[in-house]
Amino acid sequence: MSDNVAETQAVPTELYGCPMIISLNQRVLLVARDKYVAVMKALLDDTFDLCVDLTAVDYLLMPTRVVGAGIKPERFEVVVSVMSMQKHERLRLRVQVPADDATLDTLFDVHPGTEALEREVFDMFGIIFNGHPDPTRILMPEDWDGYPLRKDYDYGRIPVQFKGSPA
Amino acid sequence: MTVVDDRFAAANTDEGPQELRSRSQLTAKEVLREVGAVLRMSEAQAAALAEIEHDGGEDQTMIINMGPQHPSTHGVLRLMLELQGETVLRCKPIVGYLHTGMEKTGEQLTYMQGGTNVTRMDYASPLNNELVFSLAVEKLLGIDGDIPERAVWMRMLLSELNRMSSHLLFMASNGMDLGAVSMMLYGWREREEVLRFFQKVTGLRMNHNFIRPGGLAADLPAGWRDDVLDILEKIEPRLQEYDTLMTGQPIWRERLQGVGVITAGEAIALGATGPILRSTGVAWDLRRDMPYLKYADLDFDVVVGSYGDAFDRYAIRLNEIRESMRIVHQIVDKMPSGDYRIQDKKVTPPPRARIDESMEALIHHFKIFTEGFKVPEGEVYVGIESPRGEIGCYLVSDGSSKPYRMRIRPPSFINLQTLPHMMRGGLVADAVAVISSVDPVLGEVDR
Repeated sequence: MSDNVAETQAVPTELYGCPMIISLNQRVLLVARDKYVAVMKALLDDTFDLCVDLTAVDYLLMPTRVVGAGIKPERFEVVVSVMSMQKHERLRLRVQVPADDATLDTLFDVHPGTEALEREVFDMFGIIFNGHPDPTRILMPEDWDGYPLRKDYDYGRIPVQFKGSPA
Repeated sequence: MTVVDDRFAAANTDEGPQELRSRSQLTAKEVLREVGAVLRMSEAQAAALAEIEHDGGEDQTMIINMGPQHPSTHGVLRLMLELQGETVLRCKPIVGYLHTGMEKTGEQLTYMQGGTNVTRMDYASPLNNELVFSLAVEKLLGIDGDIPERAVWMRMLLSELNRMSSHLLFMASNGMDLGAVSMMLYGWREREEVLRFFQKVTGLRMNHNFIRPGGLAADLPAGWRDDVLDILEKIEPRLQEYDTLMTGQPIWRERLQGVGVITAGEAIALGATGPILRSTGVAWDLRRDMPYLKYADLDFDVVVGSYGDAFDRYAIRLNEIRESMRIVHQIVDKMPSGDYRIQDKKVTPPPRARIDESMEALIHHFKIFTEGFKVPEGEVYVGIESPRGEIGCYLVSDGSSKPYRMRIRPPSFINLQTLPHMMRGGLVADAVAVISSVDPVLGEVDR
């Protein structure tokens, strides 16, 4: 696929002071939480004008994972995909968000299109986006307890009824 | 059942209602969210904009619910509209009525079973969902370069036919929304032709689970070429009928032209992709701009509009059907022979005949369908062009046979954010035309 990094292409190991890694031929930028919005702004000025996706992962069950050199793995990770429509390039940003302070600054001022996506991440993971204009649940009912996509949130099951089974 | 930190206990999670609030509670921030942010306005400017539009107090406006059971809202989309007379002042889409936690379910299914889950998201283009999921899994497995030629071309054939059936469904629903009821019958009729072919190939009309990691579930049936050519031959003159029926008609044009206008800058800022972005004149199509499968070998045009209105979006979809037909013609000519799936016994089941003679094949077959195959640790994002825009799949693997996190980037969900923007200041009668032109599939919005 063309979003692969060509083998001959020189890939910088750093961008805006954040380490860049290659994950399965895709460029991934490991961004510190305090630099996150500033890096997104800089990327917007550098033709990365389309924010494709914003989501999160709960790494509760993978505590020993390795993120990258010098990056401390935290429980949550917010993953943002941006695209440069001029350069035909994709870039992924991964931001570590600790469990005891699950907050992150909103991207709303940079990419208004992340509004619903940030609400979804709040809804599913309980990560609070500071400065979001409408920090409410979006998919679950507004009085729902808990955050369904967290790894410590259980699955609901309907017991299978077998004919003649001892109840 | 739930284990939640105290910090996020029930009392703290209720961040407020999702509904549109009444005008007396309207904050500048809320107006900013609707219009200002896209135009990069300050909060004060946005507040001023809200003042100009409504004359008179709160008793002059009313908030009404459109949906979730309104027939023209494409499923269970609920819109809260603030109206002054017939003018829409504000609009807020409220979604989630169809939420069934499919991303959570995806974490419980093996990579082999995952296709059955993702195919049900955007139920109007199931094969594209399966395709993006399979591409992501193959990239994690590192076999994305080894997929046999025939499998790749078959995937393109199905993907393009699916684009046609999805756009034909749009033609039907768009016609119905605007009062062209005969168009609804015609659209469904032509879509049925394509679905009949899908049934012959995959066994099902929808939710096929046919494109699987490693290739496809089966080869094309005998006589598929004639069937496809037959469909193309049938649909071609019917598209001309649509032109006669709708495109040139003054009533049709009056209903759509200049309705729900969005500019290129706004569409990009809101993350809109697909026909919405192309209607603004931005020629962006992943099939051409970041080719996947073998789209680079095909000759086709990216259809763009120039006004960004509902008519452009209608015309783009109509002509995309024609482009897809052009692509399908080329695929029929170029379809290579060979295997329809990779012969990697750890990923795809062995051929049926092998199971009868080889114990090892039987074991592999059994293991793939019970335990599934293990996928190396890693994370990957793959995006392709679905009929609605970019559909993406973000997969995180922890090395087991089930994804650690399976995220689908839903184009409809993100495109829906353009609705408040397109509707503001328009008429309530045009609201239906605007919703229809966004063509959301709620199964994918809510997942």
